[in-house]
Amino acid sequence: MSPTATSVLVVVGVLFGLFTIASGLIWVERRLLALWQDRYGPNRVGPFGLLQVVADMIKILSKEDWIPPFADKPVFVIAPAILMVVTLLSFAVIPFTPLIQVVDLNIGLLFFLGMSSLSVYSVALAGWSSNNKYALLGSMRAVGQMLSYEVFMGLSLMGVVALAGSFGLREIVEAQKTLWFCVPQCLALVVFFIGGLAETRRIPFDLPEAENELVAGYHVEYSGMKFAMFFLSEYIGITLISALTVTLFFGGWLGPWLPPLVWFLLKTFILIGLFILIRAALPRPRYDQLMSFGWKLMLPLVLLNLLATGGWLLAMR
Amino acid sequence: MTDTPESKPAAPDGAGIIPDLQRRFGTDAIVPQPTRDRIPTIWTGADRVGAILRYLKQDVPQPYRMLYDLTAIDERDRAARQDQPPSDFTVVYHLLSFDRNEDLRVKVALRGESGSVPTVTGLWPAANWYERELWDMFGIAVDGHPRLTRILLPPWWEGHPLRKDHPARATEMGPFRMPPHEQAAMESDLTFRPEDYGMTRRGDDFDFMFLNVGPHHPGTHGLLRVMLQLDGQQIVDLACDIGYHHRGAEKMGERQSWHTFIPYTDRVDYLGGVMNNFPYVMAVEALAGIEPPARAKVIRIMLAELFRIISHLVFYGTFSQDLGQMSPVFYMFTDRERALDIVEAITGARMHPGWFRIGGVAQDLPDGWETLVRDFLAYLPPRLKEYDREVLHNRIFKARTQGIGQFTTDEAIEWGATGPMLRSTGLEWDYRKKRPYGGYDQFDFDIPTGRNGDSYDRAVVHIEEMRQSLRIIEQCLNHMPAGEYKSRNSLATPPRRDGALRDIETLIDHFIHTSWGPAVPPGEASVAVEATKGLNSYYLVSDGNVEAYRVRIRTPSFPHIQMLPMITRGLTLSDLIAILGSLDYVLADVDR
Repeated sequence: MSPTATSVLVVVGVLFGLFTIASGLIWVERRLLALWQDRYGPNRVGPFGLLQVVADMIKILSKEDWIPPFADKPVFVIAPAILMVVTLLSFAVIPFTPLIQVVDLNIGLLFFLGMSSLSVYSVALAGWSSNNKYALLGSMRAVGQMLSYEVFMGLSLMGVVALAGSFGLREIVEAQKTLWFCVPQCLALVVFFIGGLAETRRIPFDLPEAENELVAGYHVEYSGMKFAMFFLSEYIGITLISALTVTLFFGGWLGPWLPPLVWFLLKTFILIGLFILIRAALPRPRYDQLMSFGWKLMLPLVLLNLLATGGWLLAMR
Repeated sequence: MTDTPESKPAAPDGAGIIPDLQRRFGTDAIVPQPTRDRIPTIWTGADRVGAILRYLKQDVPQPYRMLYDLTAIDERDRAARQDQPPSDFTVVYHLLSFDRNEDLRVKVALRGESGSVPTVTGLWPAANWYERELWDMFGIAVDGHPRLTRILLPPWWEGHPLRKDHPARATEMGPFRMPPHEQAAMESDLTFRPEDYGMTRRGDDFDFMFLNVGPHHPGTHGLLRVMLQLDGQQIVDLACDIGYHHRGAEKMGERQSWHTFIPYTDRVDYLGGVMNNFPYVMAVEALAGIEPPARAKVIRIMLAELFRIISHLVFYGTFSQDLGQMSPVFYMFTDRERALDIVEAITGARMHPGWFRIGGVAQDLPDGWETLVRDFLAYLPPRLKEYDREVLHNRIFKARTQGIGQFTTDEAIEWGATGPMLRSTGLEWDYRKKRPYGGYDQFDFDIPTGRNGDSYDRAVVHIEEMRQSLRIIEQCLNHMPAGEYKSRNSLATPPRRDGALRDIETLIDHFIHTSWGPAVPPGEASVAVEATKGLNSYYLVSDGNVEAYRVRIRTPSFPHIQMLPMITRGLTLSDLIAILGSLDYVLADVDR
């Protein structure tokens, strides 16, 4: 096969896999939550309710494509697409196995951080263009929260970069052959995962949506396919953060006996399960509590981690 | 009628205050009236009532610090008034003294179609909404009121529904029409104009944001509209709009027989079930002089406490859900189902059994009820313990609720707060202990109190109350008396049928009391119970007919919602939702 055909195949394969996983996650999350909450969850459509997602998709696709008359139409349309595109683009740098990776950038980690910064635009523009006060409040919260937590998220990764000596994700995985980074970088792991929760706007960081307060926050005016894009992006985002955590801290595809892809997926799904478990367990803090938690606890922690890693590397030289 | 007529009831228990008032204000200004519920009741004129109420609240030793209720009676059609001073409309102030553990009813006689009374908002801030309701329902003007507008009915409503000349049924009114232009006008009436509520649109160098929360909003637990003046996320001021859930329960009470009104009471606090029947049937029994048998009393207490648990479980679950916690509400609704299963086995219905009867309860307990109750008593405590770990001890939960929506005991009393709201501030005030009604004096239980009066303490009080309710139910289970489940008094409804097939008088009696319902002797009685959300009382006026002349429902949620602006100013939108969750109100209970 020519290299072009291979890379096209990889791109299509990754895309297909991602959409399958993201829409499958909707079912997984609903069933898992139901399990933990002593109820059944969707179990009517198909075996174990597996076709629930298909039914939902048919419903969402056949819905009227409604744009509120008071909304800023072009921005309103483009906002969910931005989120979808940048979340998907981030996957380009993730090495699923030594062979499956869309593009091996030597600044892979920076590319991911850049893409995740861009996703703030989507939320901010969606809230702004909706011309709705709830949406505006939601997007204000989202911007503040995502910008702040990006700082700690980025800083927490510097320890990993220092240890691996590279921004390329493939090199980072290969540097974990002897020891996964979750051991020397356990502080960074905690901060990164919490930052990831904030980036995906999941409980306990779902303040931008906060259905009890802001109804649905920044996407309150969205419906049909455009809403589905926000909805699906959330699950792709969960997958992204889980996959990245695996790549950076849990040795990516590394593991004995099983093929690399299986290891990668296994580790990713365990982390996804953790995302869902956290959603089932925790309440939501207030906005100012969220901010002070970030700046007063996470930032010192991550700086300490950076200092310790740097000191360790200097001493070992 | 086997009962003593009202003209000769025993002297009121708290007669001490009346001579005191007569000495101070003159015997012609203070006219006492005997009532069936033995609450000291005096008549006075609109010109003196301000001074009398001020004296009662501020100067009298052991003052009457709470304005418990404020309502009116349209006296124009009343058949039996029994030597009461002449009056077309009577405004009734119901005061509560914590030091005396005593109530006092102050009645103001108004003559003519358009009377007015002076406002008492200066004395009690809680009077604000009650006086608006007075205007809304009776058209009685309140002089000096800061904002005398309709409260339960929409601004375009014509007439004042609790007047006797206002139609009570759709068949008495013309066909309802809402042409488009009127609909547009009605909708524009609902536009929020900050100036109406004394809010400014501009701050020093910025514009405020006005956010309309509700009437349809997941955080308001029903049809409540809160209008916020926001500076960023911070609430500068807010105003509430209620009435979206108004069904005219009090007016219905005037058109239903004494017996057939019972199911309507269920719907007032729709989470409280038979707890709503309780004060109503006890008030009718006070009027009719019926003493329910011991078994009926214990059955009533058992079911009422079961419904306290059912209601508190909803509170607990929805409160944690308001704070973003997703799972507890499912666990608690599952537990609630178990309690409702017991209710279903006993009464045949779930949320609205309507099962208490005048003189007892509808049926005896079914065979095997003990097993159901015993299972539940074993089931719930470990679950509650688990929820403590999951919700109450959760640090985010604490951070969101401690110090949020705080008020002191004094503020609670000023604003008419009762029940867990009052007890969370540290005042141990529970009618089940203070004025044991319906047989509560026979039970051993504690009254949990809080310390800080914040959202967290309100939750703690609710949860501890569930444990105490379980104790009471356990005692009911172990000591259920044998005997009849309904009184043999001829006014108990529906009457016992066993004698009806033997002699014609009993048959006639049975026929009349099941078809028309009982004719309750003339008089007035108000009975309060410690309902799930606070003090709930039914003030019944009978003029000897088969239906009530006036039914006044004093609900705890009404004053609690009125406190909202006071305890929320300066906090954030998220805190508003936390406070709303902790107030434990039911909109049907607010609007009736």
